[in-house]
Amino acid sequence: MPSKSVGAEYIKGLWEENPVFRQLLGMCPTLAVTNAVINGIAMGLATSFVLILSSLVVSALKKLIPSQVRIASYIVIIATFVTIADRFMAAFFPPISKSLGPYIPLIVVNCIILGRQEAFSSKNSVGRSLIDALGMSTGFILALLVLSSIREILGMGTFLGHQVMGAWFKPWIIMILPAGAFITLGILLAVALVIESKTKTRKN
Amino acid sequence: MELITLFIAAILVNNYVLYYFLGICPFLGVSKKIDSAFSMGLAVTFVMTITAVASWMINHWILIPYNLDYLQIVSFILVIAALVQLVEMFIRKISPPLYQALGIYLPLITTNCAIMGLALLAALKDYSFAKTVVFGVGSGLGFTLAIVLMAGIREQLDLADVPEPLKGAGIALIVAGIMALAFTGFSGMIN
Repeated sequence: MPSKSVGAEYIKGLWEENPVFRQLLGMCPTLAVTNAVINGIAMGLATSFVLILSSLVVSALKKLIPSQVRIASYIVIIATFVTIADRFMAAFFPPISKSLGPYIPLIVVNCIILGRQEAFSSKNSVGRSLIDALGMSTGFILALLVLSSIREILGMGTFLGHQVMGAWFKPWIIMILPAGAFITLGILLAVALVIESKTKTRKN
Repeated sequence: MELITLFIAAILVNNYVLYYFLGICPFLGVSKKIDSAFSMGLAVTFVMTITAVASWMINHWILIPYNLDYLQIVSFILVIAALVQLVEMFIRKISPPLYQALGIYLPLITTNCAIMGLALLAALKDYSFAKTVVFGVGSGLGFTLAIVLMAGIREQLDLADVPEPLKGAGIALIVAGIMALAFTGFSGMIN
């Protein structure tokens, strides 16, 4: 792994190891908050904040944390940053914090974050962990953005609250219901697989 | 009456998986066989009930009186982790067959967002003690219902001719979507 260049370390989070489309991690927030683009962005940024800072702290402390209690220590570190993010949102962006409800505190059990600490930050230097966390965060935000754009445009005919579809367009209510989230993500996963297998055959 | 409404709402209308999107990981991961899905559902229901009680006590007896509610996230997650460990040891001592049946699913529950979600939602909605317990049991049963139904469908799906890219998670999500659509039908039941 150390042979990877800095660029490759970052890029892998975008597609090759994209947390949502390729690793199927962090499904709960992905499905829950993507009914509007603004919620998706807010969730993506909050998760990135927690992921990047926890990765930094965990990789800096990796020699000090005994391996028997590492999971518990990671959880406490993550929970600390989640609390900061939650309080920050509640103080500065009360409407978004209200519409995201319990999903901001729930970042603490997002498997992407704990997964990266266990799989990467606990074994790599601070710099590499930062690059890895940045890549994963970008991948996660990208996935949320794609899913929430599709759902908001088709479900309400708007993008970030602006009308984008003409008057002829009848919003598909199903897209903003939970059912729309599941079905859209299922189709997106299939699309990701098709693209992946296409690029693979081209490489060979 | 209010409690009964809350109970039914937690199972059918505000189903944990299909309405709140909590516990998607086990819902997709452990729904290949009806037996294991049922065990997982029972384990979650069990832990949820205990978590509901414990988190209510911590929230109302420690955090709120001392103005420490900003510690909610940290204390809930630690309580859940400790609780799952405790429940595991307890079940192993008291009922080895049940322990065998739950197997690996018990420790996995710690990272199940449904449990954390329950503690947070109950605190957010400011439920009384009785309501929190009913909410916990109902949510657990709702989760069990969803995961068992899903496992039933997926067992049949193994025999179906699914397009190659949709195999696995893709078709599972679409099935979940159709189930969610069916469950929206219950939403008119309770206002």
